[in-house]
Amino acid sequence: MKASKSRAIASAAAAFALVASACGSDDAADEPAAEPPAETEAATDEPAAEPAAEPMKVGIVAPSAENDLAWSQSMFDSVNRVGEGRDIEVAISGGLFVVEDAAAALRGYAEDGFDLVIAHGTQFGGPLQEIADDFPEVAFALGTSTDFFGKDNIFAYSVDAGQGGYVNGVMAAQLTASNVIGVVGPVPAGDAKLYIDGFVAGAEAQNPDAEVNVNYIDSFGDVQLASEAAKAHVANGADVLTGTAQMVVGATGVAAEEGIPWFGTQSNQTDLGSDIVVSSQVYHWEIVLEQMLDKINAGTLGGEAFVISFENMGLEMEYNDGFGLDADVRASADATVAGISDGTIEVPAGE
Amino acid sequence: MGDFFTVSVLVATLASGIRLATPFLLAGLGETIGQRSGVLNLGVEGVMLLGAFTAYYVTLETDSPTLGILAAVMAGLMMGLVYAFITLVMQAEQGISGIGIYLFGLGFTDLLFQKNVGTPIPISGLGDIDIPLLSEIPKIGEVFFQHSLPVYIAFALVPVVWFMINKTTFGLNIRAVGETPEAADTLGVSVNGTRLITILIANTMACLAGAALALEVGIFQQNLTAGQGFIAIALVYFGAWRSYGVMLGALLFGVVQATVLQWKTLGIVEGATASLAAMAPALLTIVVLVIVSRRVAAPSALTRPFDRSG
Amino acid sequence: MTMPKTSADVGSIRSSALVRPFVALAVPLAAVAVAFTIGAIMLLALGANPIDGYAALLDGAFGGWNELADTAIKSAPLLLVGVGICIAFRAGVINIGGEGQIIVGAIFSTVVALALPDLPRIFLVPLVLIGGAIGGGIWGAIPGALKAYAGVNEILSTIMMNIIAAQFLSFLLQDLLTDKASGAIKIQQTERLSENADLPLLPGDTRLHLGVIIAVFVAMLGYVLLFRSALGVRLRAVGHNANASRYAGMPVKRSIVQALAFSGACAGIAGAVLVFGSESHRLIAEGGASGFTQSAGFNGIVAALFGSLHPLATIPASFFFGGMLTGGIALQQELQVPAALIVALNGIVVLFVVSSLKLRSRLTAWAESPGTGFTQVETDREPTVPRAEDSLLASTARPPGSSAPSAPNEGDD
Repeated sequence: MKASKSRAIASAAAAFALVASACGSDDAADEPAAEPPAETEAATDEPAAEPAAEPMKVGIVAPSAENDLAWSQSMFDSVNRVGEGRDIEVAISGGLFVVEDAAAALRGYAEDGFDLVIAHGTQFGGPLQEIADDFPEVAFALGTSTDFFGKDNIFAYSVDAGQGGYVNGVMAAQLTASNVIGVVGPVPAGDAKLYIDGFVAGAEAQNPDAEVNVNYIDSFGDVQLASEAAKAHVANGADVLTGTAQMVVGATGVAAEEGIPWFGTQSNQTDLGSDIVVSSQVYHWEIVLEQMLDKINAGTLGGEAFVISFENMGLEMEYNDGFGLDADVRASADATVAGISDGTIEVPAGE
Repeated sequence: MGDFFTVSVLVATLASGIRLATPFLLAGLGETIGQRSGVLNLGVEGVMLLGAFTAYYVTLETDSPTLGILAAVMAGLMMGLVYAFITLVMQAEQGISGIGIYLFGLGFTDLLFQKNVGTPIPISGLGDIDIPLLSEIPKIGEVFFQHSLPVYIAFALVPVVWFMINKTTFGLNIRAVGETPEAADTLGVSVNGTRLITILIANTMACLAGAALALEVGIFQQNLTAGQGFIAIALVYFGAWRSYGVMLGALLFGVVQATVLQWKTLGIVEGATASLAAMAPALLTIVVLVIVSRRVAAPSALTRPFDRSG
Repeated sequence: MTMPKTSADVGSIRSSALVRPFVALAVPLAAVAVAFTIGAIMLLALGANPIDGYAALLDGAFGGWNELADTAIKSAPLLLVGVGICIAFRAGVINIGGEGQIIVGAIFSTVVALALPDLPRIFLVPLVLIGGAIGGGIWGAIPGALKAYAGVNEILSTIMMNIIAAQFLSFLLQDLLTDKASGAIKIQQTERLSENADLPLLPGDTRLHLGVIIAVFVAMLGYVLLFRSALGVRLRAVGHNANASRYAGMPVKRSIVQALAFSGACAGIAGAVLVFGSESHRLIAEGGASGFTQSAGFNGIVAALFGSLHPLATIPASFFFGGMLTGGIALQQELQVPAALIVALNGIVVLFVVSSLKLRSRLTAWAESPGTGFTQVETDREPTVPRAEDSLLASTARPPGSSAPSAPNEGDD
């Protein structure tokens, strides 16, 4: 194959030439890419008149889009809320479900001198252990995780998603007339599993006769499958639905079409069905973010695990006024929240 | 398992299977026409996404699903022109250009969605249309005659495509151009002209498939099609380039998917076994093909650009 | 002698030796430039500065030793899969099953590491790579056998096998192989695999690891296999014309299985490299299998075709593609545009480059024909009839659905 050989050699030569010329420009070890400009979606204050502290730079690396009305959005919204009260610069790299790419992004932010780099995905924990060692001056945060791997520059954060799940379950068990409730989940892992386990526990505690069918569709992104899973629940007589993860928009569509009450989590999902969304468990990561930022300012870069829950106001149930929830049901929900907060009600951890 | 074999559950499962099959069917029929004329498009997935986003966005802005479908058709024609240029004029290698289309469609639709919509906003889909009289038939009516418009269109197109390919002059040209383009050329059939039309048809149908999907789930999201385009391509081979074969393949895949979904809902399979069960549609497709095992010829000129100069 | 029909007939025409390599490179580069221009328009429409963006991309891909290392690491799986594609396509089989073969290769290699964690590194590393090759090889051989002995089209079977593999991975990582230590928060990943299986880092202060060397080594092996071995001759003959090969007594069916098996094995090694060269040293399926395959199963096909299906040319082609992928992340961080733009840009680059390849062969032919200023009289060149020879893709290495014009059926090889 003479033709291809010479072509091969030519392309190889050109590629190496390209490489060589690039190499010549910069031999220093970690020359980072140019500074990312601040994406000031957060309303940042003007620097105060007194010695203005540099705005803290917060970088977020997330596995899905930051406006997915689910996991990634919850963190993005929280960081922005933090920005309303503090002077911070925010940068985000979303949609990084390829773990190695996320690792590259984490390194990128660390190299650029970010103060807090948030690895918003449990699967990022593996590479983060290596990266954190390379940047001892940078504070990292990892979620969902209870484990900070003994590093003093990693904060671990997690969510007691089962709590809100329990509350939703309690309400769902009261709203169902057919005693069949449907759940659409992605994969039985992470905060999705916590939420669903809590939901099932709450529903069964409230109404032992209620049958809760859980369908993990084995995907985070297959919207049509989520939609058909919801329809399968409906065909089985379910008249209340819930679910989690970003493909859940398929299921909410079915709920809206059939006029079936929906319970949401991770973010306020009222926009997905203004008539049918009953309540959403909203994640308020800012509770722990504030603590982390304070600690960083005081010199502690990690070595702690945080949880958001009802007790510390990190979780909140947001109700949809457009639904018209029965006052008694609402009262029982409030009571459940109170009970969980003060410990009288215990949300069983699933197996 | 007893729960599954109740009539109402079986009816719901079959109906669900038909709904799941529709995007495969529409895209697969289009690809069949294209491949019969000798053109392979591995980028069906990207084209479907473009159709889905177009339909979603137009419906969102105009509140009219019909306009959404029309917009998707226009998008299909445009993509068809693009692909025809790449394939017929530039004579690019068809397998790779397909992957390029896929990547482009995937990224571009996500980008447009992020920029113009952002947080997912539901749209009103097309309602179900109950066919008068037929939908009243107990059970059968629920399975077959209470679907939305794209479903009916998809299945109605099966005999239409069969007729077109086998009984019309145009169909004859398609087949000739796909088997022996040189001979067809000498007989005065415009090879590239015919292929241009089949490419337009194929891309339009792929966009329609995406539109049907978006309107059925009532929303758009990154990678909405989640691999359905590739499955549609596979089904073309399953169906041996015949429209009825593609239909059977789409139904097989869709019904098995629906069955597995129902089993998970009923708790017949759960936990890790559910993942194994989800392999069923893909496995069965292969198994059925092995059993049936007809050796049917691919169109001989498939993927070969036609060059009159030699 | 009458009028010369081709330059060979004249027996005395020589093109400038630079014409062919120049055109070979200039045309795709021009295509890339056009694609990047379109990308710049998209960036402007998004309100971003393309200059900053592309500067960041080039810097992030090639701007320093660490960046080059990252690009090389990213390219390694592409190269491995690409070499496998070269083998398969030249044997006349279309292998779209790279993703699945990567997954199964990764699974096999992970099981090896889980089973023998205390084996010394010098044994364990080769063993996990071999495990990957075996896993991927099996996953490729199955569609090969299905095609050869049951007439099942390989596009269908490889697509289906991808789905099956992804589901299998999900199944394994829900229970059997899961990291038990993660506690209440279950996550679809294995434990941190034995350190003895870590791909050793190469000298120098970067993250460059052995996987890159292995990939280049496999590329060289692939070249030897395809172009310097009897098996390679057989495979290519089958790819060129299956029927003629059968009449000549070659074992066509076996060759098909072998081709897909080798192709799968290469992808399987890529799977092992992805797991054991990664920063996390685990097999992770959280969020889907493509979280760890990085879609190398598809991107490798692109790399192979950019390399004209020649294993050695696939090396720079993969490096280029890897650079685009690595630089894309830097571009995203710099401009804070949605990452989707990078995916779309990659697609556009692929489209333009692949469209330009035919143009390139025509240009080469034109430049080398008598009458243009690039040629002189005097030759030992082969005839420059464009189609049959220059269009490597069209004739010799065409992914088939057809063998030769007169050959009837694709099913019965």
